[in-house]
Amino acid sequence: MRWVNRRIQRGNGILLGAIPIVLLVLLYLVVAASRHADNPNDKILPLPGGMAEAMSALLFQPDLLSGRLVFWADTLASLQRLGIGLGISTLSALLVGLLLGTLPPVRATFGPLVTGIAVIPPIALLPILFIAFGLGETAKVALIVVGIAPFMIRDVAAHVAALPREQIVKAQTLGASSWQLILRVALPQAMPRLIQAVRLSLGPAWVFLISAEAIASDIGLGYRIFLVRRYLSMDIILPYVAWIALLAIVMDMLLTWTSRRLFPWAHGANH
Amino acid sequence: MSVLLSLRDVWVEYGDKVVLERVNLDIEAGSFVSIIGPSGAGKSSLLRVVLGQEVPTRGSILLDGAPLKPECEPDRGVVFQRYSVFPHLSVLGNTLFGLECARAPFTARLFGARRRAAIAEAEEMLTAVGLGDSLHLYPTQMSGGMQQRLAIAQALIKRPRILLLDEPFGALDPGIRADMHALITRLWNDYSLTVIMVTHDIREAFSLGTRVLTLDKRRRDPHAPHRFGATAVYDLPLTKRAPAPAVTDVSITLDDFCNN
Repeated sequence: MRWVNRRIQRGNGILLGAIPIVLLVLLYLVVAASRHADNPNDKILPLPGGMAEAMSALLFQPDLLSGRLVFWADTLASLQRLGIGLGISTLSALLVGLLLGTLPPVRATFGPLVTGIAVIPPIALLPILFIAFGLGETAKVALIVVGIAPFMIRDVAAHVAALPREQIVKAQTLGASSWQLILRVALPQAMPRLIQAVRLSLGPAWVFLISAEAIASDIGLGYRIFLVRRYLSMDIILPYVAWIALLAIVMDMLLTWTSRRLFPWAHGANH
Repeated sequence: MSVLLSLRDVWVEYGDKVVLERVNLDIEAGSFVSIIGPSGAGKSSLLRVVLGQEVPTRGSILLDGAPLKPECEPDRGVVFQRYSVFPHLSVLGNTLFGLECARAPFTARLFGARRRAAIAEAEEMLTAVGLGDSLHLYPTQMSGGMQQRLAIAQALIKRPRILLLDEPFGALDPGIRADMHALITRLWNDYSLTVIMVTHDIREAFSLGTRVLTLDKRRRDPHAPHRFGATAVYDLPLTKRAPAPAVTDVSITLDDFCNN
C-alpha cells in the first residue's frame, strides 16, 4: 500500500505521536546521567530530581524579598499581559477587519496603512514603545498588540472580502443594508476565521511577550528565564520552557474546541 | 399584459470590449422569459444589469415606468447557480433573513411574537418549496437541489416583482433538475411571478419559458471581435402555454414535488 493512503487509527495515532517525545526524553536522561557520572555538580543538563528540587522552592516557598510564590506570580503576570494583548488584538482585528473587508471606501483609505504597519518588524518598535509608554505593563502589552494585530486584521479582512459575491448580492436583494450585511452576513462568517487567526498568532504573541519581559521587567515567565540564565540554572529554565509549551497547547486546544462548539457549520458537513 | 420591465437602448462595455449593444426589451408582468445564447454572449451581464449589480454604460432600464436604481433592491429577487444561501444560517434562518432585514433595521433580528409570526411565514414558504421537514439543517448538510429550493424560498419570501434565475439548475443532476422544473413552474403559477432565467439548456428554456430570447452578436469583425456586442437576435413568444395560471390536477396521494 502506498504511504499516502495509509490511515492511522486513533489509538495507534497516540502511540506513534508519543514515540518521538519519549525517545527525546530518554536521550536527554541518558546524556544527563552520563554527564552527572563525570561531574555530580553539572549544571548544563540537570536530572529530574534536581529540577524538582529547584522548582519546589519557586512553587511552594514564598520569595524572601517580595513574599510571593515566584512561579505562580510569574505565570499570572505573563498570562495577564498575554491575555490583555490578545484581547485587544482580537477585538481590533474583528472591528477593523470587518470594516476593511466589507466597505470598499474604508479598504481604499486604510488598507495601505494596515499593510505598512504589518511589514514593520515589531521588535524594531520596542524602543519606541518603551520611550512612549515607559517600562511598565503598557509597553509589553503594546508590543504584543503591535506584533500580532496587523496580521490578524489583514487575515480577517481578506477572509471577509473573499466571501462569494453572490452572497453579498443575495443579501441585498433580501433588503439588507450595509449595517445589516456586516452584522448578519460578514460578522458570523468572520468569527471562525478570527479564532483561527488567534490560534496562529499565539506563537508570535508568546515571542513578543518573552522578548518584552526579557528586556525590561521584574516579574514574568520570560523575565525569570532570562534572570536565572546568569547562574546557568538550567534546572529552572527547562521546567519554565515546558510550562510555557503546556500553556500554549492548552490555549490552542481551548480555541479549537470553542470554534467547533460555537460554529459547527464552519467545520465540515458532519456536525 | 402590462409592461413591467423595459430596457431602452442598453449598452454594456468593459473598457473597449462591448458586451451588449442596443438591447431593447419589454418584459410583461407574469411572463417567464428564458435567455439563451453562446458562452460570452452577455447573458449574465444582462441579468446583472437588471439585478442592479452592474450599471449599463448607456441606456436606461425602467421598472414599472420608473428608472431602476443602480443597486440591488428587494424588488428583484435572485437565485444564482451556487453560493446563493448563507452557510452559517439554518434553512429557517436563511429564509427569515429577508423578513428580519425589513422588520428590524438595527438588530436585523426579531424577537417574541414578531419572530413567531415571521417563522410561521417562513415555514409556509419552505413547505411550498418542499423543505418543510428540513427547517434546522445547515446548507452544507443538504444536496444541491435542496440548496436551490432554499435559495428560491429565500427570494420568494420577499415577494419580488421579478425573479431572476442565473443558470439555477445548471449544477444539478437530470432527475433533480426535472423536479426543480416542476417546482418553479408551480411557483410561477401560484405566486403569479415574473421570471427571467438565464440558461445553457435549450430544452429547459423552451419547456419552462413563455418567451425565449437568444442573445448573440449580429455583426462580427474578425480583426476586433470584441468591438461588437451581443443583442437579442431571436425573440420567440411561445403560445403553447397561456400565461394565465393553468389548472393543474391536484393529487392527494402523491407528493407532487418529489423531495430530493
